[in-house]
Amino acid sequence: MSATGSPALVPTRPRTGISATLAHAGTVVAGNPVTGFAFALLLGLMACAVLGPSLVPYDPLASDTAIALQAPTLAHPFGTDQLGRDILSRVVVAARLDLAIAVFSVALVFVAGGLAGIMAGFFGGWTDRIVGRLADTIMAFPLFVLAMGIVAALGNTVGNIVLATAIINFPLYARLARAEAAQRRNAGFVMAARLTGNTDLRIVLTCILPNILPLMMVQMSLTMGYAILNAAGLSFIGLGVRPPTPEWGIMVAEGAGFIVSGEWWIALFPGLALMLAVFCFNLIGDGLRDIVDPQRRT
Amino acid sequence: MLRTLLDRLATTLPALAGVVVVSFLLTRVLPGDTAAYFAGPAATPQAIAQIRTELGLDRPLPEQFARYVADLARGDLGRSLTTGQPVTADLGSRLPASAELTLVGLALALLVAVPLGVAAALRQGSLVDHACRIVATAGVSLPVFFTGLLLVYVFYFVLGWAPAPLGRLDAFASPPPTRTGFLLLDSLAAGDLETFRAALAQIALPGLTLAVFALAPIARITRAAMLAVLAADFVRTARAAGLSRRRVVVTYALRNAMLPVVTTLGMVFSFLLGANVLVEKVFAWPGVGSYAVEALIASDFAPVQGFVLAMALLYTVLNLLIDLAYGLIDPRVGHAA
Amino acid sequence: MTAIPLLAIRDLTVEFATRRGTVQAVRRVDVSVAKGETVGIVGESGSGKSVTSYAVMRILDRAGRIAGGAVDFSGIDLRAATERQMRDLRGREISMIFQNPRAALNPIRKVGHQIEDVLRQHAEAGSGDAKAKAIAALEQVKIARATERYHAYPFELSGGMCQRVVIALALACRPQLLIADEPTTGLDVTTQKAVMDLVTGLTRERGMATVLITHDLGLAATYCDRIVVMEQGRVVETAPATTIFRAPAHAYTRKLMQATPRPGVTLRDLLPEGAPAAPLERAKAAGTPLLAVSGLVKAYPKKAGLLTRKAAEAPFRAVDSLSFTVARGESVGLVGESGCGKSTTSTMVMRLLDPTEGSIVFAGEEIGRVPAARFARHRLRPKIQMVFQDPTESLNPRWTAARAIADPLLRFRTVTGSDAVRARCEELARLVGLPVDLLDRFPHQLSGGQKARVGIARAIAPAPDLVILDEPTAALDVSVQALVLNLLADLKQALGMSYLFVSHDLQVVRLLCDRVIVMRAGRIVEEGPTAAVLSAPQAEYTRALLAAIPRPPV
Repeated sequence: MSATGSPALVPTRPRTGISATLAHAGTVVAGNPVTGFAFALLLGLMACAVLGPSLVPYDPLASDTAIALQAPTLAHPFGTDQLGRDILSRVVVAARLDLAIAVFSVALVFVAGGLAGIMAGFFGGWTDRIVGRLADTIMAFPLFVLAMGIVAALGNTVGNIVLATAIINFPLYARLARAEAAQRRNAGFVMAARLTGNTDLRIVLTCILPNILPLMMVQMSLTMGYAILNAAGLSFIGLGVRPPTPEWGIMVAEGAGFIVSGEWWIALFPGLALMLAVFCFNLIGDGLRDIVDPQRRT
Repeated sequence: MLRTLLDRLATTLPALAGVVVVSFLLTRVLPGDTAAYFAGPAATPQAIAQIRTELGLDRPLPEQFARYVADLARGDLGRSLTTGQPVTADLGSRLPASAELTLVGLALALLVAVPLGVAAALRQGSLVDHACRIVATAGVSLPVFFTGLLLVYVFYFVLGWAPAPLGRLDAFASPPPTRTGFLLLDSLAAGDLETFRAALAQIALPGLTLAVFALAPIARITRAAMLAVLAADFVRTARAAGLSRRRVVVTYALRNAMLPVVTTLGMVFSFLLGANVLVEKVFAWPGVGSYAVEALIASDFAPVQGFVLAMALLYTVLNLLIDLAYGLIDPRVGHAA
Repeated sequence: MTAIPLLAIRDLTVEFATRRGTVQAVRRVDVSVAKGETVGIVGESGSGKSVTSYAVMRILDRAGRIAGGAVDFSGIDLRAATERQMRDLRGREISMIFQNPRAALNPIRKVGHQIEDVLRQHAEAGSGDAKAKAIAALEQVKIARATERYHAYPFELSGGMCQRVVIALALACRPQLLIADEPTTGLDVTTQKAVMDLVTGLTRERGMATVLITHDLGLAATYCDRIVVMEQGRVVETAPATTIFRAPAHAYTRKLMQATPRPGVTLRDLLPEGAPAAPLERAKAAGTPLLAVSGLVKAYPKKAGLLTRKAAEAPFRAVDSLSFTVARGESVGLVGESGCGKSTTSTMVMRLLDPTEGSIVFAGEEIGRVPAARFARHRLRPKIQMVFQDPTESLNPRWTAARAIADPLLRFRTVTGSDAVRARCEELARLVGLPVDLLDRFPHQLSGGQKARVGIARAIAPAPDLVILDEPTAALDVSVQALVLNLLADLKQALGMSYLFVSHDLQVVRLLCDRVIVMRAGRIVEEGPTAAVLSAPQAEYTRALLAAIPRPPV
């Protein structure tokens, strides 16, 4: 009823380019402090990932059994683990590996899934059938279980964790891109572009891609969190990263055995770091979605 | 009805074929010598050679695939090096534990998430709505194994309410005679309330852990679907016809909103079957997930591949059931113009 | 109107809370409806006509609220009534029917049960007789085989049939007042007539009062006793239907009335008074046809299920052996109701879709055989262009107006150099009456009429010989439609193009076209000079189409 009820909006003064985007992002962050908070958190995480080793007070790998299993103190704010390593240092340093796995796998699937989906949606026919079948086959597996199988088969390396995480996210990207491309394939402005002699490639590049990209970016942010969780889950059950490498999933796994005897700090801090990172990407994803696609806000 | 059932079954065939092909590929793409992998780290060259012939790895790939499918049809998934038992038997004996846990988790999640989502949509912007938002965002951000550990620390170590996280029954309880394999049901059927209580105490925390995990997507989609339906034209018609609020919300809005929720259950099951592996590890739950994890650590690959395939088959069946349930709610299914 | 009104709206103001603050959608509106009277509320989009009715029913959405005034329904103060009292009134005393009937029904509940829900709610039926009464209600709206249709779901019924069910639902409890909100928008003209005749017949028979909310002044004047004209939330005029066309008092009513296509007026008559316009000359069609279509067929194979092994059915022929010509400088109308194949035909002529059979000869060259995928690089591509139905959807949201108009210039290299392209864009903008300073705006910053002008400028940019107009004004308000139609006529005269005008609206086609082709189910039913076809139609179907056009008392 609002369609007939709301008065026609007066066109606002046009603004173009980067300044408009920045101004828009500014108003959104101002109107939504949660998104602002998430961006601040992201900056912190990135600082840890980039500067990690030079920020921390101790060597994350140096063990000292004399101070093993110490609860948090001023000297070791997050306590020490069973080998006397400083947990704070390990948590901070681990950010680089955890984020790198997520960033690489998401970048991989963004390109592969996005391209495959756009081709499938725009051209239809056999391209669509092949991409659809591929996505369906992946979706026929419980995704985490498939990732386990892939890493077990291909070999227990960080590279394979990245690959497995990308593969299980493929259907999500391919389907989103496919749906958006198919919806625009017969849109008036695409037909108009055909009439003015544009080739298919040019239509994809000028009419389809720029209109889909914002939604894909939202998807990227949302799946970043999922990728981090997935990688941490795999290393929690002993796949991928091996000790003593500092990584959040494996650190929680190491601390798991000490929970029942009350040494909570070993698992808690890496777990919290994991949670904050995922939370941060989810919040940013939601915030971006509000900017890009207000109708889909839930 | 039979016709729709057959049609549905036919649509799952390509998915099944895909699952079989992928799991075959997963057993054959092992880098290095597949036979050596399957023989385990301590095998002699003779043992590896024997495995190679046993698995038919010296044959051409199509023949290997035919053999793989034939074995599969007989329910032969190979033998576990650690337990010495056929993988199928191992999986079969451990599946009820996993199934019971998953279903308890899902039931808990549905019981909380659907009413929460509906309430949030009916009172947009209220306290309930904000609670729903927080649950939905926090739920997807919590690593499931971390939730489990937190619950263990609070309810076992600090409060002492829950038993030690060590399996389905504590050492002092005697398991009931097996009927369904679900301890909760079997103990009730045997009239053994003591065992029922013990089993319930053991499953409470892992079930809750899974529920927290599954809560978020269900609550989120329920709220979104409900909001969409409440804004739909036919709800406006129902209101303009003076129907009572209860009828508008339940008969008109909720039933329509359940359609996307049922669809989402497929995704939720996918998440749950994966999360199950992690939760079973945290709670030493004797299910198929911890079986696969133990095998993984021992470099015992037949059980891992068997587990992946079994989960995929189970998931396909669950999706089929979801499709059928959807068809029961929505008359339009199968009538697409 | 001396009788005590059944419904009296006085000084009604409705506000909406939006992100930009409070907006008044309805401002101090007065409307009264007497017992048994039919009142039309007419206005363009954003006039507040629908909001007024939602306020009466108290079903405004969350953001809206009644900020002032009074609503009185047979002695009851509707503003002060409790929600429970309102629920008792809705459906029993005041009913409502809506636009888009298929969406207005619960998609997963049998239509019979939906009618029963209303009957039981208002205690008009118990569990014993509910079904019989629901079937009787279906029979009253002239639904054939009502007992069978009782078990139907909305998706199994046509749009017109769904609207009958909605009417049955609204009238089931014999209310005193029916509010019909754009009840026929989106329906074909013959269905529109059937639905309107049914509604007015039933309400007159029962002595009910009706409020008809519509954007179509002609429709309102045809079916209503009295008309209320609204503009931007205000009532600008209230007058009997018989006098509103003859003597519109308010300037806005005059403008609206004038812009409404109706029998006996020319294109120039639609423009507001004082608008400068040169007289139009009838173009003399040259001898050789520019476009000759013969034996054109588009067939789609029917889908078979995986397990349902049906014998291969004959393919569905969306366009069935169609032949026609368009001469140079001529404008031809292609008219028919939804699903008649007119859009499929135009898409094939435009070479975006490959025909199954038949030939398309354009400027003496067979182009029907060139695959659509390759036609983008064809020499004749610039010569066939199109104006699309939905101006919003036909513009790339990421491109400014200038970029959209420049696209054909850049692709066909008609002009080179960025200064020359810009100059040509500005020239085209002036040609279509688009202010040059709007060229750097994005589509969402333009109004509907402005977007339509951008679409037209883009179509004429490569100097085409044939422009296909696909319902170019269907998404526009009637006053904007008048301007756009005149613009199209001016452009044709100035640039000497031919038009193939695809439309469902014979009145509009009459204004712009020399010749008209009437289509039904993929075939031509009748064709000939527009004046002849409209004044003396030969085919039964054409007569039905013409008879269905609302005829306001002039």
